[in-house]
Amino acid sequence: MTNPTNPTADAVHPLQTQVELEGDTLLINMGPQHPSTHGVLRIILTLKGEEVIKAEPVIGYLHRGFEKLAENLTYIQIVPLVDRMDYIANVTNELAFCLAIEKLMKVEVPRRAAYLRVLTSELQRIASHLVWLGTYGLDLGGALGGGTTLFMYCFREREIILDLFEELTGARMMYNFNQIGGVRYQPPAGFGLRVREVLKKLDKAISEYQDMLEDNYVFKVRTKDIGILTPQLAKSAGAEGPVLRGSGVKFDLRKNQPYSGYEEFKFDIPTGQKGDCLDRAKVRIAEMKESLKIVYQAIEGLPEGAISSRPSVRVAAAVKTPEGEVYSRIESPRGELGVYLVSDGSAKPYRLKWRAPSFSNLSLLPQLVAGHKVADIMAVLGSLDPVFGEVDR
Amino acid sequence: MTALIFSVAILAGVLFVVMYLTLLERKFAGRLQSRIGPQRVGWPFGYLQPVADAVKLLVKEDVIPEVADRKAFNLAPVLVVLPVLFVFAVIPFGENLVLADLNIGVLFVLAISSITLIGIFMAAWGSKNKYAVLSGMRAVNQMISYEVPLVISSLVPVILAESMNLSDIVAFQDRAWFVFYPVLGQLAFIVFMVSAMAEANRIPFDITEAESELVAGFMVEYSGMKFAFFFLAEYAHMLAVSFLAVILFLGGWQGPWLPAGVWLALKVFMVFMLILWIRWSLVRIRLDQILALSWKVLFPLSLLVLLLAGIWKMW
Repeated sequence: MTNPTNPTADAVHPLQTQVELEGDTLLINMGPQHPSTHGVLRIILTLKGEEVIKAEPVIGYLHRGFEKLAENLTYIQIVPLVDRMDYIANVTNELAFCLAIEKLMKVEVPRRAAYLRVLTSELQRIASHLVWLGTYGLDLGGALGGGTTLFMYCFREREIILDLFEELTGARMMYNFNQIGGVRYQPPAGFGLRVREVLKKLDKAISEYQDMLEDNYVFKVRTKDIGILTPQLAKSAGAEGPVLRGSGVKFDLRKNQPYSGYEEFKFDIPTGQKGDCLDRAKVRIAEMKESLKIVYQAIEGLPEGAISSRPSVRVAAAVKTPEGEVYSRIESPRGELGVYLVSDGSAKPYRLKWRAPSFSNLSLLPQLVAGHKVADIMAVLGSLDPVFGEVDR
Repeated sequence: MTALIFSVAILAGVLFVVMYLTLLERKFAGRLQSRIGPQRVGWPFGYLQPVADAVKLLVKEDVIPEVADRKAFNLAPVLVVLPVLFVFAVIPFGENLVLADLNIGVLFVLAISSITLIGIFMAAWGSKNKYAVLSGMRAVNQMISYEVPLVISSLVPVILAESMNLSDIVAFQDRAWFVFYPVLGQLAFIVFMVSAMAEANRIPFDITEAESELVAGFMVEYSGMKFAFFFLAEYAHMLAVSFLAVILFLGGWQGPWLPAGVWLALKVFMVFMLILWIRWSLVRIRLDQILALSWKVLFPLSLLVLLLAGIWKMW
């Protein structure tokens, strides 16, 4: 049956593989309550024995209505709200939002603030990737076994990063560190020294994980040649961040469209070749090491001076933006985090749209797991690293 | 009468040891993961933790799904536990310290422990749960595949000692343990341990439980004491595997200087810790990879060691 008015409407989208249901398939519902769906993903699986014929992700179980909520809040009240969006990498959400507003209001940010922003977002990237590595262990090994061991080690390392954040901002997860025109807090005395200590520890730990990844036969056998993402599909489906780079596409907003002074830092963009789960894992681990370099440069070259070009605002309604619309994007740990902001000149945004990297990465899941075994769903899902606070928003 | 007392003693002993093996595992895993492990119940080493766990499982509500096949569902935990406990009947704990000194000890152990599979499949089928059924299919696949190398590698000590009696096999190893026989001994031991771990459903072979995919596999619908039975069976199975490995390959209670009982306990403890160590440092492999390992690697290898054992004996 073709649609007479629009003949292309019935054409099969590359992401939707059509399945003839045969008699011996098994329809099984995985999630939203399931140990390893990274929160509340629901997958409707069609299995033939152990083989996955079709996987259909259903999202929306963590929808909290952020975008609508933001329309009823002033710009300053939104900053702590967006902390809750991608709850593994909070500070990058604030940064994305603040950069968008600053672009709209044409506010300059002092150099010290820009450096502090880079410092925090790179520390956050390491913390986020550590959470990913730990939970990937859980995906592959379950909560009772070697997976948990990896998880515990990664959280041990993440803890010292959170301690740094606590020292800097007073909070361990919801920092509210960025503000319009800069950042909120000066680093305390001796902060640089402690960052250097942490960097030394992290460098050792991450090198260990790298060795683990390259030498562990069982880890390799589970991830190699699983969920191969071709560069063409990655580009056309809008894959982001480590998922895109794992397929060998060298695209990183920190290099391609530098923001917040990233052009002053020296670092490489690690890429994979094949685009399988192992490549994505390798890219993330290599990225952690690059982030260490950036943090080191940021703390070495941290300029003196003010941390904000605008005074700290005490009254919530005090910021007014000019009328207009703006799109700004940053490289969050999961990929391109875009903020589209429409302002009608009042103290509250008219529309705030988030372009979440987890969402577009997750949309690849049906394509990547088709034809693999049940156990590979978790390997692929884990390698896409979705955070449902961000997918559902 | 003595047999009755002895069997009760073995049963109580095994159950007690198994309870505390869970504590050992949790403590060991804790240390491995730079944590402390349980310590609140029975401060400071958490020595009352197994009791607390048992009480918790006892008072839990026993849920039977409405659609479940009640007979299969209720019988399955018993069928899983009993064979494992039977194995301890023929295990020699010392010279002349064995409940049933069977002449076909090895055969008995192998035969009786494969009944567990029926229990697991009944649990899976009786639950009428899709996850459980998937897990049951996996269990059958895996266990049938690993039975073959397990049986063949267990035949190596039988050939070398010219007896199926477990006590005789231990007695034969008074000069050298079978594991020290060049090439032959080590290969057979490795094949035996890998297959035995797969039989016992330990990581990296725990695909039937597969927490991250199948939630809890065939146990998914069980709660309370029935769940405890599966748990008990799992640990008792591990203990039985450790005993068997020690008796077949590591010379049982044989050893210089120390008394026999100490040697046996020490060796069993070492093998058990080896299993734990592997469990808490590896991730799980996939069903097809597990089957490939069994049929493409372990099965030919076990045939090879059988051949080597024959050559050794003739020569």
